[in-house]
Amino acid sequence: MNAQVNELLLRSLTPSVLGILVRRGADFAAAEDAVQDALVEAIRVWPDDPPRDPKGWLVTVAWRRFLDQARADTARRNREDRIDEEPPPGPGPAVDDTLQLYFLCAHPSLTPSSAVALTLRAVGGLTTRQIAEAYLVPEATMAQRISRAKRTVSGVRFDQPGDVATVLRVLYLVFNEGYSGDVDLAAEAIRLTRELAARIDHPEVAGLLALMLLHHARLEARTAPDGSLVPLAEQDRGRWDTALIAEGVEVLQAALARDRLGEFQAQAAIAALHADAQAADETDWVQIVEWYDELALLTDSPVVRLNRAVAVGEADGPRAGLAALAKLDDTLPRYTAVAAYLHERDGDPVTAARLYVEAAQKATNIAEVGHLTRQAARLNARRSE
Amino acid sequence: MAKYLLLKHYRGNPAAVNDVPMDKWTPEEVSAHIQYMRDFANRLEETGEYVGGEALAPEGTFVRYDGEGRPPITDGPFAETKDLIAGWMIIDVDTYDRALELAGELSAAPGAGGEPIHEWLELRPFLSEPPTITE
Repeated sequence: MNAQVNELLLRSLTPSVLGILVRRGADFAAAEDAVQDALVEAIRVWPDDPPRDPKGWLVTVAWRRFLDQARADTARRNREDRIDEEPPPGPGPAVDDTLQLYFLCAHPSLTPSSAVALTLRAVGGLTTRQIAEAYLVPEATMAQRISRAKRTVSGVRFDQPGDVATVLRVLYLVFNEGYSGDVDLAAEAIRLTRELAARIDHPEVAGLLALMLLHHARLEARTAPDGSLVPLAEQDRGRWDTALIAEGVEVLQAALARDRLGEFQAQAAIAALHADAQAADETDWVQIVEWYDELALLTDSPVVRLNRAVAVGEADGPRAGLAALAKLDDTLPRYTAVAAYLHERDGDPVTAARLYVEAAQKATNIAEVGHLTRQAARLNARRSE
Repeated sequence: MAKYLLLKHYRGNPAAVNDVPMDKWTPEEVSAHIQYMRDFANRLEETGEYVGGEALAPEGTFVRYDGEGRPPITDGPFAETKDLIAGWMIIDVDTYDRALELAGELSAAPGAGGEPIHEWLELRPFLSEPPTITE
């Protein structure tokens, strides 16, 4: 058994082990710490001494940790509280509390960053160090973020049904964070969304899963060897993962057939239309505009309207795109970048070059700054030829 | 979730309200100031928002490449206070408004007379990694 297999197994067992501890009467915060200790212990011990029953091993070790800690706390407070030393007989209840954990860790009282951190640890089974590395903050800071998050939800009843929309927002954030650190957050988000989809029958869960799969399929093609970002239109579509696309389309179609459209299904539909085009110029932009119209009704997000203007520019020509753009607030992120692109397509490289420079100054990520600067340089070089 | 640099420098920003050079403070006021900065960093670590921070020595050297096989050229040191970068702190927060709030708190560090310095800090967002989903 190699360490990689161990770790995925560990992560997949984490929420059910935690659920068992909570059901035995441990409070969530203490149980979560105990499970984390057991995970760290397993990572240390398992490679040399793999257990026959990994889940049973984790439950035993975590429960022991919980009791040790509870006893230490009791002694410290000099109280007489008694905790049953022996766990209830049998393998533990057959109830799976994983879904409850998703709801708890995405509780609306949490800030987005703390909900993300808590979900990755309590549901995802990542260690604090891995989460800290993925988000490029010190481990001590991440540990505090997680323990504050646990305090925030300490009064929330574990058996309360939650709102699946909050869970989906958290998973979307994890997926969108991308690929920094040694944990692939996008892959982890997909795994967690799959687990969620297996436990709750909801078209938007399926929609988000489809959206993730369809974007993940482009992972290899979207990054050039030097690390720069390759825009969708320029990607080598032969490098797209056709198996992921097929799965994404299938999941999406099943969701759409239920006729309860939501924003993730609509976004996935747009991604599916891109995936469907063998070449960039075969893209069905007319249908994509229609999906953006649906999406605008569902979310009223300014970013959606901006992306819609891009799609209109492709479907009906750059003039139409610029007209759609003119109706939007010009302080929106990426507004200037879109304007630059549409002006270039409209045959005005001078305005486009100026706007690309301006857009590069406003861009919020490194890849985009590089891309926009190269666009400006390309147009300027052509003019000086 | 966005990282910001809080930069304490004296490069073109207006003068602080309580603008008395540190060497004119009492030793207790200096200690109180340092303690405030330390407490601020500790508090941010407890809220899960602290990434890092350092104070810089005032004297720096300009350095540049001078061609193949030659040692780099240096210039300076320049210790003119108008060019000084005193230090920096990096925070990781949920919103821009939270970053503003924290910068305001840091700017309230006590100076002469134990009164807040009200000094101007520069708040700069970090460029992030590109998001996975772009269209």
